[in-house]
Amino acid sequence: MPGARARKPLDRAAVGVGLFLVALAGIAAWDASRLTLTSTYGMGPEAMPYLIAGGLAVLAIGHFVVAVRSALPEREPFDLRAIAWIAAGLAALIAVIGLGGGFIVAMMILFAATARAFGRTAIVTDLLIGFGLGVLAYLMFSKLLTLSLPQGPLEALF
Amino acid sequence: MDTFTALGQGFVVALAPAKLLYALVGVFLGTAVGVLPGIGPALTVALLLPVTFKLDPTGSLIMFAGIYYGGMYGGSTTSILINTPGESATMITALEGNRMAKAGRGGPALATAAIGSFVAGTIATIGLAFFSPWLVQLAIEFGPADYFALMVVAFVTVSATFGDSPLRGLTSLFVGLFLGLIGIDRLTGQARLTFGVPELLDGIEVTTLAVGLFAVGEALFVASRRKHAPEEILAVRGSLWMTKEDWRRSWGAWLRGTFLGFPIGALPAGGAEIPTFLSYTIEKRLTKHPEEFGHGAIEGVAGPEAANNASAAGTLMPLLTLGLPTSATAAIMLAGFQQYGLNPGPLLFAERPDLVWGLIASLFVANVMLVVLNLPLVGLWVRLLAIPQPWLYAGILVFAAMGTVAAKPSVVELSMLALFGALGFLMRRFDYPVAPMVVGLILGPMAETQLRRALSISLGDPLVILESPIAAGLLAVAALALIAPFVMRGLDRFKASED
Repeated sequence: MPGARARKPLDRAAVGVGLFLVALAGIAAWDASRLTLTSTYGMGPEAMPYLIAGGLAVLAIGHFVVAVRSALPEREPFDLRAIAWIAAGLAALIAVIGLGGGFIVAMMILFAATARAFGRTAIVTDLLIGFGLGVLAYLMFSKLLTLSLPQGPLEALF
Repeated sequence: MDTFTALGQGFVVALAPAKLLYALVGVFLGTAVGVLPGIGPALTVALLLPVTFKLDPTGSLIMFAGIYYGGMYGGSTTSILINTPGESATMITALEGNRMAKAGRGGPALATAAIGSFVAGTIATIGLAFFSPWLVQLAIEFGPADYFALMVVAFVTVSATFGDSPLRGLTSLFVGLFLGLIGIDRLTGQARLTFGVPELLDGIEVTTLAVGLFAVGEALFVASRRKHAPEEILAVRGSLWMTKEDWRRSWGAWLRGTFLGFPIGALPAGGAEIPTFLSYTIEKRLTKHPEEFGHGAIEGVAGPEAANNASAAGTLMPLLTLGLPTSATAAIMLAGFQQYGLNPGPLLFAERPDLVWGLIASLFVANVMLVVLNLPLVGLWVRLLAIPQPWLYAGILVFAAMGTVAAKPSVVELSMLALFGALGFLMRRFDYPVAPMVVGLILGPMAETQLRRALSISLGDPLVILESPIAAGLLAVAALALIAPFVMRGLDRFKASED
């Protein structure tokens, strides 16, 4: 960079957010361009997406400026393993529900995985607690509030 | 006089035994969930929304009112006893309240917070009851262009004016607006941004976004830095009762907090942070015991707590009379209304007065229940605080997933929950505010509808949005509010370079 300003490393995070916003703007504009029905007068369904895409693009530029001139706020160190455990718990939740394993099993696994992320090591105990919580929630929602929850082999018993 | 009759009828609705029971359940659940560390009122309301699915609209909204106020009370208990406020508005309470608890005066701190919230909530709800009909009269005059302009004001104040960084606030807002585009366009029936996924045709659920951002995001955030920031729970020692001296020092602060909180909450001015902060500053200046500030001054708990509660009632005013949510909590409440096909606004006052006034009356009821229940039950709430962190957050995630599954049992919905959780984590990490995104999601489509209505009435003449003096004035306010933070920042930089 020419001038008196000292050379400063690019703030990668701000660049990343900027690129994310560019992608969102592109998707919104591309999708809007495919809309075939528009209004004869007034504003069609494509106008707002274009407007929002424009706003996102401006904000992306703002982030690139921040990346060059300053940086996003300081980040604290973080523990990737904890995040991985919760992510695994959520993935298991989605998989179990998707594959028809039922609500209670899904809750049991999610509970134990999250507890593990927060440093618990007694997995069996936590699975049992999760199971109890799942059964309790299932009974409350399906019997008391008559909402339908995903069914699996265990739910068939109640 | 009309207001008295209407409110009286509201009380007839709210005091029916079944409705009292709903209010009691709401207050109890709201406090129980709100007291859990890391859970603010917005998340409390979002998590408990599914519980109200099967009730009738009036009963459900009454339970909702209880949950909302209960969540507020619960939050202040947490910030006094463990200094990890669930949301920024109770941060100020934690400042002095946590010090008081450390000095063995946790009882009086909880008491002044509870009684102050009661006083503020009651006065502010009276304000709500008496100003709302007046605002409704005004709102009847509003055309589509005026509504659109009003929403633009809300967008700007929520995202840009009062946050740390207008850039980050606006980014959050625009991502919310983007999410709001997803689904079927209401006027032409075309699908936008659905990528052929049928589950997306109905649009993104506000509760899924809110629960993902707040609950899943918060769990990820706390887990990721658990090793770096341990917490400590303080026991409530000594008497719960406030001394004569405590009362003398509290009542003025309560009233001042109320009169700051209600108007600022009622104007679309971006939540409860401003009034609580202002109240703290004023109490610090007015106190006869300045040396106690920073070491547990009771005024520093009483004032901000009152301001916080009064502004919560204040936010209900634009929500009920104009259908305009100005906080994340209000956005979720609006989603609660919409699940019954109810649209808050002047029409609702005319068509369902029983519901609106029943809701307002039940706010009074909830307030009384809270002050009667909470102080005696404080021991129970403290027990909840002692749940070990791993189980607490595991339970929160189970609750979050459960609510989502109950609302829409699909893999797509759960995937969105996880995705929003990741987004919420990144936003927490890089200090982006979350509320503008939630408000953008729910208010964006409404603003678009109003704008398109205005333009089709004017046969496409875009100047229509400046022709109404109300709309033009509001847009000018929005422009000012957008520019102000940049100008003030510029001045700051100017000053700094002068030094």
